[in-house]
Amino acid sequence: MSPISRGFHGRRREPAGAEGRVPPGQYVTSDFPVLSAGPTPHTPLDQWTFSIRQEGTPTKTWTWTEMRALPAETVTVDIHCVTRWSKLDTQWQAVSLDTLLAQVEHNAEYVLAFSDGGYTTNLPLADITGGQAWVAFGYDGSPLPPEHGGPARLLVPHLYFWKSAKWVRGLELRDQDEPGFWETYGYHMYGDPWKEQRYAGD
Amino acid sequence: MEGTAVRGRLSWQVATVGQVIDETAAVRTIELQAPDWAGHRAGQHLDVRLTAEDGYTAERSYSIASAPGEPVAITVERLEDGEVSPYLTEELRAGDDLELRGPIGGYFVWDGQHDIGPLLLVAGGSGVVPLRSILRHRERTGSAVPTRLLYSSRSLPDVIYRAELDRDNGGGVEVIYTLTRAQPPGWTGRAGRVNAAMLAEVAWPAGQEPLAFVCGPTPFVEAVAEGLVGLGYPPPRVKTERFGATGTGAAGGS
Repeated sequence: MSPISRGFHGRRREPAGAEGRVPPGQYVTSDFPVLSAGPTPHTPLDQWTFSIRQEGTPTKTWTWTEMRALPAETVTVDIHCVTRWSKLDTQWQAVSLDTLLAQVEHNAEYVLAFSDGGYTTNLPLADITGGQAWVAFGYDGSPLPPEHGGPARLLVPHLYFWKSAKWVRGLELRDQDEPGFWETYGYHMYGDPWKEQRYAGD
Repeated sequence: MEGTAVRGRLSWQVATVGQVIDETAAVRTIELQAPDWAGHRAGQHLDVRLTAEDGYTAERSYSIASAPGEPVAITVERLEDGEVSPYLTEELRAGDDLELRGPIGGYFVWDGQHDIGPLLLVAGGSGVVPLRSILRHRERTGSAVPTRLLYSSRSLPDVIYRAELDRDNGGGVEVIYTLTRAQPPGWTGRAGRVNAAMLAEVAWPAGQEPLAFVCGPTPFVEAVAEGLVGLGYPPPRVKTERFGATGTGAAGGS
């Protein structure tokens, strides 16, 4: 039983249209805060690639031009950061991971996404297929800014947003679920915002 | 990539507010008596939960202001449109109960034992809070690592922990203030925002293999981190923590 915080009433109210869309412990923001552990990388587009690897070996690699030639869609989704902000109706230009994974033969159950700067995050394959996850390169009709993960980031909106790896450069296919960067530091292995899976053990 | 063992579940615990210290007109340090606190590392943060009489709850993360081994404390800046920070800085008083859990985070931490080169701490506004934990830890452990703190504030009255930063700090610490909006008459510190030119003068040369911790609002951290990389700091030697514009007290990972 939580003690009552004397004199605390709470002032935040969900904006109209947000009912049922804000997970527990989250509040809606119209800003787009930035959180990351180190300097923002700036990889030139002519050196950028996206690879799907198996056991450390790239089995399929796309250049920036090849990635952008794939069918893209505009995705409008709500996003939820573990630091408690949620942003509704964000609009992205993105390639579905279904499109990329369809070009690779595998029977992996997990992936470890990897990024410029050494960031990694782990995801079950079942969570990034079936129209649930994308490589996003556009935000609100403009190229994705570097501080928000540009030129390209993962977009996995049904999980806390640290799973949507910024500056993503590929996926390592795995048989087993192994922790990525924040997961190693005590954040949850799966990160379902509707179950408030913020930290290990939640 | 370095790592730490994943701990068990972080349970909510009840802490009692001890001393509260007004640091500036908008910033208050809250010392907490937390009997179940398992200890923390310099640079980590914790979550605070408030519960209203009708059961409504609000949670926020705050950087830990105290050193490992000291009673846990947070330093909170009041955000005028905030929900939690006005309560913590205006309403909360000694003897009140507060729920917290932590410590959280294991990357933006300084343990003191893996130093190659000197330590560079760069703070914007209330971004100084986790860096103060590092400074206190450095002093308490008797570390001799040469340390510089470059601390950007709007004006002199906005400087948090000024009396503490102006004393000796265990020796070997240089504190360099820069005031961005207003400088008092006779000000001999620096003026203006931290930029590449200021960093080139203040930051340890990259050849000394410094380790940098940068904390503040996003544009500040972006500029400083980029500036340090431009000076030759390898990105893994530049650890950052960014505050969003929404009252987020500590970084998660988005």
